[in-house]
Amino acid sequence: MSVALPAGAVSAHLNRKARWRPIEIVFWLAIVALIFAVPSRALLINEILLAGLFALSLDLVLGYAGIVSLGQAAFFGVGAYGAGILANAGLTEPILGLVIASLIAGALGLATAPLLLRGSDLTRLMVTLGISLLLGEVANANAWATGGTDGLSIALKPVLGLFPIDFNGQRNAALYSLIVLFILFMVARRLVQSPFGLSIHAIRENRLRSGALGVSASARLVAIYGIAAAYAGAAGALVAQTTGLVSLDVFDFHRSADVLLMLIIGGVGYLYGGLIGAAFFIALRDGVSSATPEYWEFWIGLPLVVLVLVGRDRIGAFFAKAIATRGASLIGGGAA
Amino acid sequence: MSAPALETRGLARRFGGLVATEDVSMRLERGARHALIGPNGAGKTTLVNLLTGTLKPSSGVVLLDGDDVTGLSQHSRVRRGLARTFQINQLFANLTPAESLCLAVGERLGHGRRWRAAAGRDAAVVAEVEDLIARFGLADVMDLKTRTLAYGKQRLLEIALALACRPRVLLLDEPAAGVPDDERADILAALAALPAEVTIMLIEHDMDLVFSFARRISVLVAGRVLMEGDPKEVAVDPRVREVYLGEGRND
Amino acid sequence: MLTILFDGVAYGMLLFVLACGLSVTLGLMNFVNLAHGAFAMAGGYAAAVLMNRYGVPFLATLPAAFAFSAVLGVILERTLYRRLYGASRLDQVLFTIGLVFMAMPIANYFLGDQPRPVRVPAFLSGRFEFAGIGIGVYRLFIIAVCGAIAGALQSFLIGTRFGAQLRPAVDDRRVASGLGIDVDRLFAITFAVGCGLAGLGGALAADIVGGIDPSFPVKFMVSFLIVVAIGGSNGILGALLGALLLGVLDVAGKYYVPSIGAFIIYAVMVATLIIRPHGLLSRGSGR
Repeated sequence: MSVALPAGAVSAHLNRKARWRPIEIVFWLAIVALIFAVPSRALLINEILLAGLFALSLDLVLGYAGIVSLGQAAFFGVGAYGAGILANAGLTEPILGLVIASLIAGALGLATAPLLLRGSDLTRLMVTLGISLLLGEVANANAWATGGTDGLSIALKPVLGLFPIDFNGQRNAALYSLIVLFILFMVARRLVQSPFGLSIHAIRENRLRSGALGVSASARLVAIYGIAAAYAGAAGALVAQTTGLVSLDVFDFHRSADVLLMLIIGGVGYLYGGLIGAAFFIALRDGVSSATPEYWEFWIGLPLVVLVLVGRDRIGAFFAKAIATRGASLIGGGAA
Repeated sequence: MSAPALETRGLARRFGGLVATEDVSMRLERGARHALIGPNGAGKTTLVNLLTGTLKPSSGVVLLDGDDVTGLSQHSRVRRGLARTFQINQLFANLTPAESLCLAVGERLGHGRRWRAAAGRDAAVVAEVEDLIARFGLADVMDLKTRTLAYGKQRLLEIALALACRPRVLLLDEPAAGVPDDERADILAALAALPAEVTIMLIEHDMDLVFSFARRISVLVAGRVLMEGDPKEVAVDPRVREVYLGEGRND
Repeated sequence: MLTILFDGVAYGMLLFVLACGLSVTLGLMNFVNLAHGAFAMAGGYAAAVLMNRYGVPFLATLPAAFAFSAVLGVILERTLYRRLYGASRLDQVLFTIGLVFMAMPIANYFLGDQPRPVRVPAFLSGRFEFAGIGIGVYRLFIIAVCGAIAGALQSFLIGTRFGAQLRPAVDDRRVASGLGIDVDRLFAITFAVGCGLAGLGGALAADIVGGIDPSFPVKFMVSFLIVVAIGGSNGILGALLGALLLGVLDVAGKYYVPSIGAFIIYAVMVATLIIRPHGLLSRGSGR
């Protein structure tokens, strides 16, 4: 009746996504190489890396927790202003400022997550959007701290006292961002492979069943939302630190919409999608907007509409089949 | 005399004017093989939902090993040893059976908080998963996405998941329902092989299964317990025959 | 203060006409149409162009704006929207965001990025005092027109056969279809009317907001969503309530506490959704 299980088969299967694949190592090394090879584009690379980190945070929310959010900019903005305000208040050591700003954003995430547990997808959409816009108004109203419509400009000490990341240290800035991104990515990778991550996936797949296995869904979802908020906060803080500027647009709806599009372009639910999507989106934006500066949005909108009409999973499946022959199935596998 | 594994007293559930469950009192001793039968709409699944905590009762109490769990949530009751299967499969469509079982075992062992090591690195968990896979004949499909499995295999996984919780009390909601004839034998064998010390309540329409499996049977009609007794008594009781008159074996 | 209230009610009525289509689309087709603002923009532009380029009198541009947006709505609904009725919330959001991203540059391309005015005729301008309230004539006009529309919609829904078919279809599409109601046609007509009203609202709003420009959809989309969030998606009354509440709060807020700006309405929306996730008037298990 039953087939005998070869020894170690289950273990190998369960751990199949945990091993680092060659293509991943190549991916990260390529970025390092790029920064050193084309230092004149360090600013652009930095922008892509940080957009990627922001998109990674949304992947945790959307791809893993299954929460449709139009307000991830809330945490991005809190991180940015957090880092800015701290720097202007005298805390000019970048790493410390980064950590504190991220934690503040994370705390906000933990605080607002319970609001998202009730209600429908639409409610969540509205509440997340509302919170980000709310914070934008708060920032606007408190110009004494945030500089209002003028924004903040920041001056920081060099990272670890050795590596300036201001206007003269753009390559350093890109490396700083890359290192932070990599560390956070590693943590996220572990997180989604862990029993905790498995339970999050299960909650998204079948909440009823996960409850019937003893999983307290609310607590888990709040936890991952808080973590994702901290990640978004880190992205915002890094943007503030590496560009030296913070302005009110960090809370804009456009930020939340753009990061959502980046993630969708790159693919939800396997962690790399945010990075890949950010690269595409920004490259597209820069490429198209030099050709048609006022109308570049059209060329983002059109593919998006087509993508949705054709069916995101169909396109995803198409690419998956195309890549599959090379035996490289990417890390995750859970689509949204 | 130790407390019964599962007990209800005066359990009732009303939905507005509709009475779904009325004055249900039952005792299941440890290791019981108890079946709950009744015509469609009798409220069997509602009763299961009341027992597991998915539904809150309008009145009455639920006791697990003598402790009042009426106010506890579903997942709290699971942690106290109460597990169930669903009448309609509730599985994780895009997880594989191995992953689903890994989740179930891990949760039971309290690994839900672990975030650093991969889920499959714990040897104890892996060993249990392997054991469950072997016991339920899932070896050939253990690494395929659940939604690609044949219905019978899915049903087996449904039972295996509940068992992965190492429950003291197991509620099986129509485990053989919808299973094609050629896969039924596996289900029946799996049920027969369930550990003797686990208290089991089985809801079923399949009378062959009921009479071969159960040592005691409760008959639920319109939310009330009509009678309770051993299979022989139930089989000959005139009230039961009347309720089932016209009901074929396969509904 | 009553003047503020009056202005708030006027703004609220305007929002109602603009947003009620969104509310009905959500309630009927369970579809989040974030591109709703684009239909409003279309109507506003239609009115502006007719008036500025062809000298059409103001009052005549209003039905034209309605018609233009309604036709646009029908075309898009039949070709694109209907393919996504069963789609996930995320897909709906992405699709409609995509449409907005396309609509704004199109408007910019054909009509430039400067706000196009829709000048109110002389007989509708000016203010007068009445019982201590400063009454703007145009605002009074808006209240009258939008109020009439609200009344007409309500009596239409209650009194006509179409309305009688619409209400069960909102409750349960499959059952309605099983009763022989042509749900497809219902959707198409309702969507068209909703878009038409948005277009009309866009034309009416143009003067108050300083002209129609390509960023109109994004600027006002949030307001529409707030109306729906507060009012729920159960129909006309909810949308009206939400719109009035939002209108009064927004105008009052900006007058009394200008530094806070839009904070109040966002806060009210979030608070409402926390307490009643499906809107103030919802029946509890809404969508």
